Amino acid sequence: MLGISWFASAKSEETLKELGAETTWEQLTSYIKITPDNVVKIFSPNPEFGQNVMTSLPMLIAEELDIDFKSVQVEQANYSLALYNRQFTGGSQSIRQAWKLLRTAGASARQMILTAASQEWNVPIAELTTANGMVMNSFSGKSATYGSFATAASKLPVPKDIVLKGNKNFKLLGTPQKNVEGPKIVKGQPLFGMDYQVPGMLIAMTERPPAFGMRLKSFDATAAKKMPGIVDIFPIQVYEPTQKLAMFDTRTFNEVIAVVGKTTWDVMNARKALKVVWENAPETKELGMGGRDTIVPAGLESTKKHYAQMLEMDKKPGRVERKDGDPEKAFAEAKHVIERTYTAPFLAHNIMEPTNTFAHVQGDKVKIVGPIQGPDMVAATVATRLGIPKENIEIQLARMGGGFGRRAYGHYMVEAVLISKQANAPVKLIYKREDDVSAGIYRPMYQMTYRAAFDENKRLTAMHIKGGGVPESPLHANRFPAGALDNYLAESWAIPSNITIGAFRAPRSNFNAAAEQSFLDEISEYMGKDPIAFRLELLQRAKENPVGKSNDYDAARYMGVLELVRDKSGWGKAENAGKKRGVSAYFCHNSYAAQVIDLQVKDGQVIVDQVTSALDCGVVVNPEGAKNMAEGAAIDGIGNALFGQLTLTDGRTDQKNFDTYRMIRHNEAPKKIDVHFVQNEVDPTGLGEPPFPPIFGAMANALYKATGKRFYQQPFASQIG
Amino acid sequence: MIKKFTVRINKKSHTVTVDENMPLLWVLRDILDMKGTKYGCGVGSCGACTVHLNGSAVRSCQLPISALANQDITTIEGLAEKGDHPVQKAWLDVDVAQCGYCQSGQIMSAAALLKSTPKPTEEDIENFMTGNICRCGTYTRIKKAILQAAASK
Repeated sequence: MLGISWFASAKSEETLKELGAETTWEQLTSYIKITPDNVVKIFSPNPEFGQNVMTSLPMLIAEELDIDFKSVQVEQANYSLALYNRQFTGGSQSIRQAWKLLRTAGASARQMILTAASQEWNVPIAELTTANGMVMNSFSGKSATYGSFATAASKLPVPKDIVLKGNKNFKLLGTPQKNVEGPKIVKGQPLFGMDYQVPGMLIAMTERPPAFGMRLKSFDATAAKKMPGIVDIFPIQVYEPTQKLAMFDTRTFNEVIAVVGKTTWDVMNARKALKVVWENAPETKELGMGGRDTIVPAGLESTKKHYAQMLEMDKKPGRVERKDGDPEKAFAEAKHVIERTYTAPFLAHNIMEPTNTFAHVQGDKVKIVGPIQGPDMVAATVATRLGIPKENIEIQLARMGGGFGRRAYGHYMVEAVLISKQANAPVKLIYKREDDVSAGIYRPMYQMTYRAAFDENKRLTAMHIKGGGVPESPLHANRFPAGALDNYLAESWAIPSNITIGAFRAPRSNFNAAAEQSFLDEISEYMGKDPIAFRLELLQRAKENPVGKSNDYDAARYMGVLELVRDKSGWGKAENAGKKRGVSAYFCHNSYAAQVIDLQVKDGQVIVDQVTSALDCGVVVNPEGAKNMAEGAAIDGIGNALFGQLTLTDGRTDQKNFDTYRMIRHNEAPKKIDVHFVQNEVDPTGLGEPPFPPIFGAMANALYKATGKRFYQQPFASQIG
Repeated sequence: MIKKFTVRINKKSHTVTVDENMPLLWVLRDILDMKGTKYGCGVGSCGACTVHLNGSAVRSCQLPISALANQDITTIEGLAEKGDHPVQKAWLDVDVAQCGYCQSGQIMSAAALLKSTPKPTEEDIENFMTGNICRCGTYTRIKKAILQAAASK
């Protein structure tokens, strides 16, 4: 079985042609195939959305397999329940979850090859060593390629109780490796779901209500159906009204009108000719969506009203999530109280590749090709919706043009499947950019009020945090500074809404870091303390004598990134005295990040001169990819802190495309970004999300130094000048 | 109105029968199956669909096919026969891409910049590239790669 998929690299296809049709791939574990001619292919199980797992996951395998990484072909694995345990991209978990699993796969395959060699050469395994894809007998001097044992090795059982290399023996892990897909990307090769095409494929788009809080009443497609290239127009229900939804089944509108035609341009034009009557939707109950049964209110909501509602909620008591000591008493006895309220708007994901999916339904079999962070979850949902077994669903994992959480919600794959079924044809569903922006699954709106109590000596005696949002609270009650304060109170609240929300690069943390790190900066100034020294003081307390038992961070590692960023940025050094700089640190997704930002404001424009980033994600598998991602997180964070917002008026988003949704651009990127990693031997943790949240706080704190103004409301740019 | 058009893309003539208003972007992607030029916004605001028209960077989503008779169009597929244009080489050397979706457009813009300004300053790069969005945040690497490509010439 050659199994050359659409994703097969050009290199592998060329190689195969050179090798001729007699080539056979021998499978060693679920992840490795080797030809007798010693061509080695590694399958990367997790979906790739730019976090570079297609390079770093195969590196884990190659390290233990003991092979020259540059000689390996890497291929994106398709969704397979039989072969893979965890094909999910999200929560910064890919490397963490794969760390032992994939190294074990590599080591197992190596062991199988060694066993086959020992049998063929009739020597004990102990006499054999490996290097760069070769087996060597140290006594006889005999050597042969892995490929020469591939057939025999593939017939052996996968060994148990494999011993993995110690970190000190790594040859590949920790060395910078370039993106294995780079050569295809720079040539514009068709890697993305958007690029997928088969003969006879139709293009589909969906027309949906113009506002949150509305639904389809009726439509007349007579004129639109007569438009050139149009094949069919029909409504679909994404889910059955009684269908019990799963965690990631969030979708914006349940009933949409599918327009199916020959080309994208035909379909775009026909959409304009559709005559649709929309009506206000009543209150509904969503079963299970977003992980719980939720009442979705009726009404056309507006951002202005959301902000007013959030301020109202802040005046009422919230739900107590954590209480240490006697915060009420501490506040009653305080000589001084500082109270600040922070807000942030909805954010759209703005994945550069608009939402799309290819689907072909034939009888009770479904083929899907497209961008998806969690194929197993969407397979389950498609199976439920169509009433077919999950095993009948084939999903090819396309490279994703960005994800950031948006593509964890696979409703668009269900839509594509339903459209293909009804149209009885292979169909590629495409969202216009306007569809993506105005019918998104957004980062929620948030608000957080921080209060700090001080005694007559300006000593911090208590803190009170009350946070909520539309429609969920961002509060992480057990995160720092909980654990560092004798008297601590955390409360939450939420405002029901019909605006759909979901995961967005470091959910909740991406707001909490901004609020918390701005507040710590402001109170350290009141106390006359250096902001880094003050944070370290709190963390020292949490490390030595923590308050409470459920603090979910490691104070020592937290301190480590602060100390590293302090040293690398030359914080407090005389030569940096003139710089307008802000610091911030945060812990999320099992990793620690601290940043110092240096900036200036000229004629109301922010110029970020430098970002110094210090990160602790344990062992760094691929420093090149890790640095790239941390740099990107800084730029993405600066952009969202300064400009990012999605606002609504009467249920309609005010932004619909990049001409109105303000994204950071080349001329606004930092002039320099330095990324430093704490060196340790801790098993690797996530990196896609952790470097993102603290940027917001560092920006607010640096802007204060540059302007003399504190920044409480995101986005910041409109308040500068 | 549906008409017949002959366009010259990557030094090769193609005849297509399409709506006269169909943007070059969709002619490339849907009719000619050249998927290197990407759809990002359709309103000329993101640069993902950048191609060269007579050597200059243009947004193919804004160019109706009817305006392109007898003009030379270059797409990412035709930038260099073997994909080894100095900009492409620098992109690989600096390991620019994250998700990679916007990079065809970024590369086409960068190549056009270096054609008109072989030794750009950092400011030249920032200004010229401002129309190309990248949400992954590869801007600093892109700038480094363009400077490197300029130095290699």
